[in-house]
Amino acid sequence: MEAGFLAALPAQELVFFINRGLLAGLIIGSVYALGAVGVTLIFGILRFAHFAHGDMMTIGAFVALICVALFSGGESNLGLPAAFVLMPLAMAATAFIAIGVDRAFYAPLRRAKVRPVVIVMSSIGVMLMMQGLVRLFAGTGTWQLEAGGAKTIYRLPLLGRDIILTQPQALLIGFTAVAAIALHLFLTRSRMGKAMRAVSDNPDLARVSGISIDSVVRATWVIAGALAAAAGTLLALDVTLKPDLAFNIVLPIFAAAIVGGIGQPYGAIAGGMLVGFTETFAVFNWSVLLRPLQPFLPDFIDIPNRIAFVPTEYKIVVPFFILIVVLIWRPTGIFRGRVVK
Amino acid sequence: MSALPRREIVLFSGLAVLVALVFAWMGAAYGTRMLVEASCYAIIGLGLTIQWGYAGLFNVGIMGFIALAAFVSLFVTYPVNGAFWDSDMPGQLGWALAAVAIGAAAVYAASQTHRLGLPKKWRTLLTLIVLAIAYLWAQSIFDPATAQIERGAGWIGGLGLPVWLGWAAGGAAAGALGWAMGRITLGLRADYMAIATLGISEIVKAFLKNADWLTRGTLTVSPIPWPVPTPQEIGFVASRAAYLSVTALLILAIFVLLQRAWHSPWGRMMRAIRDNEVSAAAMGKDVNRRRLEMFVLGNVIIGIGGAALVTFTSIFDPSAFVPLNHTFLIWVMVILGGAGNNLGTVFGVVLVYIIWTMSEPAALFLFQQGAYWSNELFGWQAPSDLATRALQMRVFVIGLTITLVLRFAPNGLLPEKPVKYE
Repeated sequence: MEAGFLAALPAQELVFFINRGLLAGLIIGSVYALGAVGVTLIFGILRFAHFAHGDMMTIGAFVALICVALFSGGESNLGLPAAFVLMPLAMAATAFIAIGVDRAFYAPLRRAKVRPVVIVMSSIGVMLMMQGLVRLFAGTGTWQLEAGGAKTIYRLPLLGRDIILTQPQALLIGFTAVAAIALHLFLTRSRMGKAMRAVSDNPDLARVSGISIDSVVRATWVIAGALAAAAGTLLALDVTLKPDLAFNIVLPIFAAAIVGGIGQPYGAIAGGMLVGFTETFAVFNWSVLLRPLQPFLPDFIDIPNRIAFVPTEYKIVVPFFILIVVLIWRPTGIFRGRVVK
Repeated sequence: MSALPRREIVLFSGLAVLVALVFAWMGAAYGTRMLVEASCYAIIGLGLTIQWGYAGLFNVGIMGFIALAAFVSLFVTYPVNGAFWDSDMPGQLGWALAAVAIGAAAVYAASQTHRLGLPKKWRTLLTLIVLAIAYLWAQSIFDPATAQIERGAGWIGGLGLPVWLGWAAGGAAAGALGWAMGRITLGLRADYMAIATLGISEIVKAFLKNADWLTRGTLTVSPIPWPVPTPQEIGFVASRAAYLSVTALLILAIFVLLQRAWHSPWGRMMRAIRDNEVSAAAMGKDVNRRRLEMFVLGNVIIGIGGAALVTFTSIFDPSAFVPLNHTFLIWVMVILGGAGNNLGTVFGVVLVYIIWTMSEPAALFLFQQGAYWSNELFGWQAPSDLATRALQMRVFVIGLTITLVLRFAPNGLLPEKPVKYE
């Protein structure tokens, strides 16, 4: 019975669905989640939408590229891509850059007690500066983060077919899982994590109870910068590294942060996954899954070659659509983030 | 009204000298072209100063509104495409549009079923199911119709109406899009508005770029009809000067109307809302409705300016609306000139636009000199794509200017003047 059931399963279509649907959604969702955690922390603690986050990812990836060129000459170590082994360096450097940007551009505005929207505008100025600098030094072409050429590919046989996952993709998914658990432990167990949550909930109350706002702000930038660098590096390992790597994903990241609820790190991870999966499934060709049903259907129902909710060229529209739907029906996000007034 | 103060006189005479220098160096044809473009940007800038300077609304999606207005203006003014109208395609397209309307009506009806006593949870589920079915159904009718248009007539062409009507329609379309967006985001924090405006403008651009049957997509449309005789008929300088007089008249009209509005009780109420939302609300002002008014009005003006700008360039290329660089060029113009001060906005637009157009040759020159000397002195070989890289510096300069102005001169060169009532 069991074997018969398995044999009846359309193995090829199912594996295709896992490869192109589930895994693709998981991969892009991981990138969104890593970015959205930083955005949501900054939004929760500093109370502004940090538009430069996407370009912080690009800068992190380029720092990783520089590290690879400086320290390993493009060789792989320990069977892993050199860029992944050297990623902690890039994360630390990007964290420092993030703190420096905050000191130079956002802190003076905060001290001047401007409206939050002015800081948002300043962050867009920072974004343009970062874009200009990256393009000035790196040109507008593409770079290969992995000099070795071919990526290691893992194949997991299922029903006679292979589930395919490249090494960078596996590293990305694994890193996101580890980062989510580490972030959870940090926010719930450590003193600084608790202080961050307190500031996010009520800054005045946190200040009068003796929490140093400055160190909380610094910790926020460290986490946001490090995660942005990691996301940028891993994304660049998976695809290629180019200066506008991040611009196309900064809006989905905002969508993920808002969908998850502003100031809610777990919500950001869930939101990132939600946006990633929705985006992938919206352009996924569902007729692949429906075609095996054709023999069981009456003749007058003809399954077309392509059933996708959204044509591929409109993929970029999907996150905004989710964002607008959430803004209309539940502006606090699925995890009940801050009141957004 | 008293005489103009010294600051304005000094700044505007400096600007006049700058314009004269550009005319002297680059010739009259170049100079008039620059002035026409600057005047179109000035209209856009006046629209933005309503949103940001008067109402404190952060609109990042300017390019989306401009692209939409430019397309609508093109659609209204472009000559009629006979190959499309003489076939049976209009009927098919009409049926496809009717299908969209029927689908939308069905979704709306499903979303109202709670009035018939359906529990809310079931209503939401029903609405979603109806939405999915209606969407797939409408798509299955729409796609073949548009594909046939693309195969047959190429695209649907325009309506062949006068240009002023096109600009007005463009402004109205941008205003309508702004109204829909404002309804969604104005009740929320300003950050959401920024994100949502950016998102909507991306959607508009993605649509205009891919809907080949409507806009010819990346094939671009040109020439767009002008409101004045074209350069082929009366020469570059004369036709551009004529165009400039049209846009200058528009600026004058908008400027005078805005000045009047700004000094009226309506303007006073808007400043009250911007400066202290809570007390304005306590005085019984409907804050969100007034903001929506501002947002729509600003978008109408931005749309008119955008339509004028794209009509002047005479080519509609949906992929040319670079999202951020140009959006923030306009932002720099407005905040550098002085948001909330109409005269300051116009000044900032012209100044920044001159700097922007002149910075291209200047950046190339500087970088070539730098490459030459570093090669001479240190034997350093400049990368071959130096020219494209040099232009990227302009993006950096825009960003740096925004951050510096916000920090050190948040009110701009010609700050908003507090209106005094005797």
